[in-house]
Amino acid sequence: MSEVTKKRPEFRNIHITQLANYRLPLAGLISILHRISGAILFLLLPLVLYLLDQSLVSENTFAAMRGFTSNWFVKLIILGLSWAFLHHFFAGIRHLGMDTHLGLEKQSSRHSSVVVLAVSLSLTVLVALKLFGAF
Amino acid sequence: MAKNNIGVNRLTVGAHYGLKDWMAQRATAVVMALYTVILLVAFFGASEFSYEGWAGLFARQWFKIATFVTLVGLFYHAWVGMRDIWMDYVKPVSIRLLCQVATMLWLIGCAGWAAQILWRA
Repeated sequence: MSEVTKKRPEFRNIHITQLANYRLPLAGLISILHRISGAILFLLLPLVLYLLDQSLVSENTFAAMRGFTSNWFVKLIILGLSWAFLHHFFAGIRHLGMDTHLGLEKQSSRHSSVVVLAVSLSLTVLVALKLFGAF
Repeated sequence: MAKNNIGVNRLTVGAHYGLKDWMAQRATAVVMALYTVILLVAFFGASEFSYEGWAGLFARQWFKIATFVTLVGLFYHAWVGMRDIWMDYVKPVSIRLLCQVATMLWLIGCAGWAAQILWRA
């Protein structure tokens, strides 16, 4: 054996600095966004419970809650919450399907990834238009 | 020590290998998806978003219970997901344990908060 053949490449988990130029397949993008959106939903849990609480205590707190949510910054957070929910919801349904061995092939998995992105993003745009008063 | 812990020689006794949590995460996902549909139908079925309609919906005992079951399911679901995140990214055992315990306590607290919101006297 020559020296050249002995030098075999070593594969490790990629380092965080390599993330930017690592080309993720679409299904991988859906997967990591599923995790990120889940973490966002976890972080915004107190806001959701707070809004639910305020909306139910009395007519006054309901009105105050509507006032609070008409602030542009709160609206922006609600938009982020909406995207996280929508992505997590549709990507989750896709994952549930895959658990039952639906659409595991490369082509159909890529196709369902496109559908998840298209549906979640267009519904997020709808929410944005509604929040910022386009209709 | 010989490499006797991989492949068919792996010792597979004494633990659940996360299957129970994996199943619970799927089951709670289905519950939450169904509740979402119910909530959206109730929300968009109403002519306008008013306090009377909204509080009236949450005044029904069956809806309180359905909401509570969904929220507890959500907290379990969030626990499994957050535990996965801590296990993947936080390597020092002490910090990881701290994160996991904090998550667990926080979610149990949220369950208490949710009960208070729904069954306020």
